[in-house]
Amino acid sequence: MSATDAGNMPAMTYREAMREALREALAADDRVFIMGEDVADYGGPYAVTKGLHEEFGRDRVRNTPLSEAGFVGAGIGAALGGLRPIVEIMTVNFSLLALDQLVNTAATLHHMSGGQFNVPLVVRITTGAGRQLAAQHSHSLEGWFAHVPGLKVIAPATPEDARWMLPTALADPNPVIIFEHSVLYNESGPVGPATGPIDITKAAIRRAGTELTIVASAGMVPKALAAAEQVAKAGVSAEVIDLRSLRPLDVSTLTQSVQRTNRALVLDEGWRTGGLNAEVAATLAESCFWSLDAPIVRLAGSEVPIPYAKHLEDAAIPQVDDIVAAAINLVRPEQ
Amino acid sequence: MNSESPDAPTEQQVQHRLLADMIRIRVFEERCAELYGETKIRGFLHLYIGEEAVAAGVMRCLGDTDSVLATYREHGHALMRGVSAESIMCEMFGKSSGCSGGRGGSMHLFDKDCNFFGGNAIVAAHLPLAVGLGLANQTLDRSDAVVVCFFGEGAMAEGEFHEALNLAALWKVPVLFCCENNLYAMGTSLESSESQTDLALKAASYAIPAWSVDGMDVLEVHRATTKAVAAIRAGGGPMFIEFQTYRFRPHSMFDPDLYRDDAEIEQWKQRDPITTLEAQLLGDQLITKEVVEEMWQAARAETEAAVEAADAAPIEPVDTLLRHVTLDNEVGS
Repeated sequence: MSATDAGNMPAMTYREAMREALREALAADDRVFIMGEDVADYGGPYAVTKGLHEEFGRDRVRNTPLSEAGFVGAGIGAALGGLRPIVEIMTVNFSLLALDQLVNTAATLHHMSGGQFNVPLVVRITTGAGRQLAAQHSHSLEGWFAHVPGLKVIAPATPEDARWMLPTALADPNPVIIFEHSVLYNESGPVGPATGPIDITKAAIRRAGTELTIVASAGMVPKALAAAEQVAKAGVSAEVIDLRSLRPLDVSTLTQSVQRTNRALVLDEGWRTGGLNAEVAATLAESCFWSLDAPIVRLAGSEVPIPYAKHLEDAAIPQVDDIVAAAINLVRPEQ
Repeated sequence: MNSESPDAPTEQQVQHRLLADMIRIRVFEERCAELYGETKIRGFLHLYIGEEAVAAGVMRCLGDTDSVLATYREHGHALMRGVSAESIMCEMFGKSSGCSGGRGGSMHLFDKDCNFFGGNAIVAAHLPLAVGLGLANQTLDRSDAVVVCFFGEGAMAEGEFHEALNLAALWKVPVLFCCENNLYAMGTSLESSESQTDLALKAASYAIPAWSVDGMDVLEVHRATTKAVAAIRAGGGPMFIEFQTYRFRPHSMFDPDLYRDDAEIEQWKQRDPITTLEAQLLGDQLITKEVVEEMWQAARAETEAAVEAADAAPIEPVDTLLRHVTLDNEVGS
């Protein structure tokens, strides 16, 4: 969209955009229902589903007990039985209690059954650090899920994507996991009321540039954009790519960008070792080696459980200043 | 399958059918064991021999719209559900005409047309799926359709068992939980894996009607399940039956069976569900030796035809390797 179009669109928070997407889905299709911990009266741990149970009733905005494996498995069963469940898991750390269901069942049933069964399930999971919630509520484990064939993994980073990726995810015949970074919920941005379902397999170029490509996803996207703005003042032109789809990766958009800019800085709030950043960097090394003017640089989470104290938490994940320094060092190493 | 309907089978017909069912499973699986020795079947092979009364007795209470989920010891359940012996054998031979296209093998038999949802090899992981299928039936006004979920007693130590029973009871979903208690979770005895060995009592703590049945007596299995299924269809919510049974063979073909006394195995073999029912029916003159022999012959013929077909079936071409990973990539390829 152009800046002018964006200016005419109503602004909405990421939270409101997601709620609007859920409301539309519930209204459009009786088979759709939401389930998860405290999604009804409490309104969802991040208030995303607030008020929806009053509108659609408790069968369709269904509270569950604290049973991640149980209700994710029930979501898989409900999907097999003809419903279109949207399962909410409070935070990615808790999703590990349902890892068995997601990896051993949701991702395998289609293959194991020789293509007879498929699992049209949407799972929404909050991810990321930045709220001082320490090591059991703050990690970014989406790269683990992106490792698994049979799953689709997306991470809307803007209110517009939060609003319009959900309908595509719901229409998909496969299990789709949506990662929502917790610091994005209060972010406001333009949301086109008639944008329509967005292709969930494509990355988006959020800012065009010529000297390096900054690859980001989820909570790293606003930071990458802020850093690009700053380095522009230092005369460095950075392109910012929002991955959006973590599985499959949009290799073509990434490759074309880096072949133009000749440099890549890969951001990841998750850990560096074995992280999604490593997959992106390796992919770019394979596809862009002869176009590169400098080694690919990765800026990722420190190898530590996320600490509580604000200054330590900030230090554990890439910040705007870190991105600025890495970008300038990559393009103007002499400075 | 309302037993009160005018065209309902007579008691004797039911008895004959159940005997033939168990024989069918037994013959099929004894042949599987041989084929494993011949390396025609590979991977894990878990035989159900000794436990046939449970699958036969339960499955004869179900109708087409019901759904079944089973474990990795599921050849008998698949056969009873209507999956053909040929497509099961082809699957175990790894052939493309197998019921899972050669992707599943012995542990992952699936058949959509039979509402047979596997063939699940993560112990207890399919119990939450049963709850979800029940929820779908409830929501989509298929309230007379029952979901039947088989699992071993080993599953009752898993968290997913407890989560699933709790959800099932809270949501009153039409699910029959069928615990096949063969006393050993692989090599671990019931006493060493369960603090409460009264499994029905354990299940009942979720406010679910639960009871135990002699799983070596197919008529008893059939009677109990008929009652449970009727109650669930009538809106009674989930129920749990423990079938006390025993596997005569080791856990899998790799198991040297070091954890059980021969005497114990022999004792249970005295209660073989097939020979017991045969003797009972012959003694009461409710069947003739000729009819029994015909049942064995028919089962052998079916199994041999399946083996021949599996031998002759083509393998899946390697260039289809990436099929069935996500639904869209096969549409495109």
